Amino acid sequence: MKKQIAIVDYGLGNILSAQQSFLKVSQTNNIKANILITNDPDTIKKSTHVVLPGQGAFDSCMNGLKSIPGMLEALNHFTLIQKKPFLGICVGMQLLALDSEENGNHKGLGWIKGHIKKLPSQNLKMPHMGWNSIQLKNRELKIKPPKADYYFVHSYYFKCVNKEDILAETVYGINFTSIVAKENIYGVQFHPEKSSNQGLEIIKQFIEI
Amino acid sequence: MLKTRIIPCLDVKNGRVVKGINFVDLVDAGDPVQQAKYYSENGADEICFLDISASIENRDTIITVVKKTAEQVFIPLTVGGGINSLKNIRDLLKAGADKVSINTAAIKDPEIVKKSSDFYGSQCIVVAVDVKRSGDKWLVYSHGGTKNTGIEALGWLEKLENFGAGEILLTSMDKDGTKSGFDLEILSKATKILNIPVIASGGVGSKEHFYEGVINGGASALLAASVFHFNEISIKDVKNFLISKNIKVRI
Repeated sequence: MKKQIAIVDYGLGNILSAQQSFLKVSQTNNIKANILITNDPDTIKKSTHVVLPGQGAFDSCMNGLKSIPGMLEALNHFTLIQKKPFLGICVGMQLLALDSEENGNHKGLGWIKGHIKKLPSQNLKMPHMGWNSIQLKNRELKIKPPKADYYFVHSYYFKCVNKEDILAETVYGINFTSIVAKENIYGVQFHPEKSSNQGLEIIKQFIEI
Repeated sequence: MLKTRIIPCLDVKNGRVVKGINFVDLVDAGDPVQQAKYYSENGADEICFLDISASIENRDTIITVVKKTAEQVFIPLTVGGGINSLKNIRDLLKAGADKVSINTAAIKDPEIVKKSSDFYGSQCIVVAVDVKRSGDKWLVYSHGGTKNTGIEALGWLEKLENFGAGEILLTSMDKDGTKSGFDLEILSKATKILNIPVIASGGVGSKEHFYEGVINGGASALLAASVFHFNEISIKDVKNFLISKNIKVRI
């Protein structure tokens, strides 16, 4: 069956890079897939996979989603009712949480119990920018990230309420959650589309779900 | 642990690389995409394009270059050179650049740093600062390092951080092209006062210089051009040397 991967466009983020990486992965691995950039809720409901990228502030991303009529309903339907594979990237991952303390206090999608908090500086440069390693939890999931460095850019992190939802952690001053996974929902704090071959491998594993 | 980044910088003029690798058999050595791909497959942690096209018309060629690069290169890409408006920034980010590097435009009107970082996020706004020593301080130069602005460097750097710059690309004009190492004095002063990452640039000529940039200069990333392009040192050599000195890099 031909897959349809919808990359959600809500006016923010480097969408083109995300699309290029998915195109590259489907071409190199001979996976038949339509890779769409879309802001149409109906297209999202009909897709097999949804990717939510994100850049900038949490509240502007959340407001971007809310400003599209039917978008939140479509995302909820796709992920919670149809239970189809969903991937959040960077702020797109943070949006999965209950709320964020960035620029006040803002509600997220609330699909994975957690709170978005500021990384404590502790004399470290902020944002946390560059390549960092991940420590994988022992979980049997369809996505098995290669043990390698990934490209991060962020100043806030996902504080998971339930340890079972953590797939990987990364150290920058503190130990924070770098990959969350719960049933059909995945979220990565780093940018797989900018993380060389190991990042493309994660994208491949996601498309193959 | 966070790794120290190694960044090769390519000069691009009218869509073609003018200072780039000249030791490998690339089908078309003037093609920025092939050069960027080569570096991304050979240990580069990011790629930097510096657009040195002289005229505004020719500057549009960089957009095409960025688009084509984003199709094939899957590590972060920074683009700088001649950026003077929010529209320039938007066009480059939309074409697939991950960060833009602003220089003279920030000196002319620092508000561009504030506006662009507010709008697109600090993470994609790099400010390039060219400095030259003058007595016991350092002054900021604009227009590709040709005009003395009279601005004192450290105060300027703090202002840029406050205005929302996500990263500083600090180039010593005294050291650039000398292959005698980074200006460690201004570099260490800058990295001490700033909370944002600093990319060191200008003067690197040996593996030891990269090491000093991290240990003595406190740099988060190291940028070089000719030593890589002429294969005097490979990125892998630099990384192996840094590993031998217990500096964490991505392998």
